[in-house]
Amino acid sequence: MSQTVNTKRALREKSGPYGKIGQALNELDDRMGVAKGGRTFLDKIFPDHWSFMLGEIALYSFVVLLATGIFLTLYYVPSQDLTTYTGSYLPLYGQKVTEAFASTVNLSFAVRAGLLMRQMHHWSCDIFVGAIVVHMGRVFFTGAFRKPRETNWVIGTTLLILAIVNGFLGYSLPDDLVSGTGIRIAYSIILSIPVVGSYVAFFLFGGNFPGTSIIPRFFILHVLIIPLVILLLVGAHMGLLVRQKHTQFPGKGKTENNVVGSPMFPVFMAKTTGFMFVVAGATALLGAFAQINPIWQFGPYTASRISYAVQPDWYMGFLDGALRIFPAWSFHSFGYTIPLEVTIPAVIFPGILFNLIMAWPTIERKFTKDNEMHNLLDRPSNRPKRTAAGVVVAVLCSMLFIASSTDVIANFFHVSLNSVLWTMRVLCIVMPILAYPVTYKICREMQGVAGAGKRKTTNIVSRTAEGEYVATPAPVYVDDMVHEHEHDAVPVPRYVMEAEDEVDAPEGGVRRAPR
Amino acid sequence: MSEHEQRTPVQLSTVSADDPRLQPAARRPELVEKVIAVTFLVGILLVAGFGACFWVNAAPWTLGATFGGGLLFMGIGLIAWGKYLMPRGPFVEERHTLANSEDDRNAFAAAIVERGGGVIKRRKFLGGLLGAGMGIFGVVAAFPLVRSLGPLPKTTLFHTDWAKGTYLVDITGRRVHVDDLAIGSIVTVYPEGLENTDNGQAVDQTVLIRLSNQDFVTQKGRETWGPQGYLAYSKLCTHLGCPVGLYEQQLQLLVCPCHQSMFDVTNGCIPNFGPAPRPLPQLPLQFDAAGYLQSQADFNQPVGPGFWERS
Repeated sequence: MSQTVNTKRALREKSGPYGKIGQALNELDDRMGVAKGGRTFLDKIFPDHWSFMLGEIALYSFVVLLATGIFLTLYYVPSQDLTTYTGSYLPLYGQKVTEAFASTVNLSFAVRAGLLMRQMHHWSCDIFVGAIVVHMGRVFFTGAFRKPRETNWVIGTTLLILAIVNGFLGYSLPDDLVSGTGIRIAYSIILSIPVVGSYVAFFLFGGNFPGTSIIPRFFILHVLIIPLVILLLVGAHMGLLVRQKHTQFPGKGKTENNVVGSPMFPVFMAKTTGFMFVVAGATALLGAFAQINPIWQFGPYTASRISYAVQPDWYMGFLDGALRIFPAWSFHSFGYTIPLEVTIPAVIFPGILFNLIMAWPTIERKFTKDNEMHNLLDRPSNRPKRTAAGVVVAVLCSMLFIASSTDVIANFFHVSLNSVLWTMRVLCIVMPILAYPVTYKICREMQGVAGAGKRKTTNIVSRTAEGEYVATPAPVYVDDMVHEHEHDAVPVPRYVMEAEDEVDAPEGGVRRAPR
Repeated sequence: MSEHEQRTPVQLSTVSADDPRLQPAARRPELVEKVIAVTFLVGILLVAGFGACFWVNAAPWTLGATFGGGLLFMGIGLIAWGKYLMPRGPFVEERHTLANSEDDRNAFAAAIVERGGGVIKRRKFLGGLLGAGMGIFGVVAAFPLVRSLGPLPKTTLFHTDWAKGTYLVDITGRRVHVDDLAIGSIVTVYPEGLENTDNGQAVDQTVLIRLSNQDFVTQKGRETWGPQGYLAYSKLCTHLGCPVGLYEQQLQLLVCPCHQSMFDVTNGCIPNFGPAPRPLPQLPLQFDAAGYLQSQADFNQPVGPGFWERS
């Protein structure tokens, strides 16, 4: 007589070696065939270098943006209709303001955690764009954009542009005095485009400035259309990353044909999820303790009012600086006007800048004639020309960023605005020109320094019984050990060898092959 | 195994269960576990504290401090768990070449060039028609998508609402009388009836300044535009259209706070500093019989920033 025994042990045996979860996975695999691909995904190797975290900051601040943004849409009213403010902020009580402004003040003061969410949203936007820029710097200076990753470089640059545009749109939505002035400037910049400018401006804004369509149109662009495009491009960015696998710095056991690091599951998953919490937590602390964009102090937008020391968010600073220092060179001829004082700094300059960035992989390939696949990263000092070119762009943008606060600098240091303006004009030209040879020289010098970029060896200091101090070098860290047999693993492209031959340094100090 | 061998990366699928690479990276895992537990506990307390602060509607900074602090501690604990208590590796994964074999590539190209190209080459006329249809559709689709977004500019940018006999009023709608402004005073004025409209605010806004008659240079052809020292200029900066909202009384300059263009009030508001390329357009003024200020006509030039059609 057989009888079903319902002991725990019998149940476990019945459901196979991996229990209920194993059974559920089998059911899933029967229907969708996920076992093989899933295993590959869980085993995917992520490099452990810290610089790979910069892109994660961008990704997770985008997650924070989405989460806090959804909260804000529940309370924000995208309308320019006038209403009388009757909320709890007394200085504005009884004033005629737009629905957009009133609802933003209300969600800051009357909705629980509303101010926190709004400030987190604004901070995470600033962090988002910042993280993208720094991540781009890492990819650029280490040559991670080279074949086969050019497409992802272009997608990344597009994401930067979209992030800046969406940041500007979101900054405009509260319809406060400062952001309204920003829209006025944006309108005038569009107006300055030769031939089609006035048509583009009239179509985008639904007529002459300000009209009644700005806020509703900016809203739908800001909360739906651009975030959707960003989301799709982020998906493509990550999809390509998985397909092409990570780059890695040269090192022990690392070749062009493998990836060394930690597996997706569980190590990377734990670290990256924890890091997402850290990014969100840091943003929340900023939102709690660092006030950002207090629109109730600026007041509602009125086209004939303006506030002193008007500055945009940081990522618009370089454009504002360019507009400030560019001379008043308006071009009039044949009955037409090209407002070059606006077109050049605010349309042509960013146009050239972003096109140059996007085309960089192609430009570099033209010069190096290097059409090889590259999965190992460069040390920036081993590519002095590329590094110098990148530093030129970074220095130029930094100078323009500083130039966006000429009036504040003049007031703060009690110097004339005229001298600040001319100083910035000179610096914006001289500093980038100087940056190239200086960076190039530093890179070349670093190539000749033995052990540059390597961990310093520690000394162990001990005291003898007689009271004498003795320093003995600690054993070399395993990752820094020299392995003769690995030197041939990575073929160094010809153009690097040639460049290095010019370095006037002892043979031993020249890095012939990456570690 | 020496430490050196242990640091050689291997494939995850090939390691045995007792491989040192699967051991925690921490030298004293028990201690690390305790530290992480404390971190998680602090995180839990803070997250729960957020709930409490939310419940009692505490000050916003307490919400952020508990919420952010809680996430931060949970996150740091999780990172530490992954870094110190999980398999320390290193592991290696082989890359596979992305490119397919020569045969696969040729077959793919052949499908497009021969099969697809063949079909189109044989039916060039149909292909042309299809292309024309799509092209026309593209143009036609642009009408509802682009054209209807806004009106055509036409002459909008060339004119304001000022005309012959329009009274100047301040923001409250009060007309300006000849005795209203002391010398050196300034007020923003609008066309009567439009002081609270979008267009009145954004396009017609005008600065009215009263100077002593000896203090300013009258531009040629504008001898009658500034009666009794009253001068009116468009308040829109000719650089980017910000309101020229700062008046430097000592130097008699109108200053745009956006990009620091400065306009000389005593000399036809010609810019003498900054990126603005043109003087502020001037509004010709006159008095009615009762001594109230009116405009003689529209501005002498289109107001605001430059644009293509502007001559």
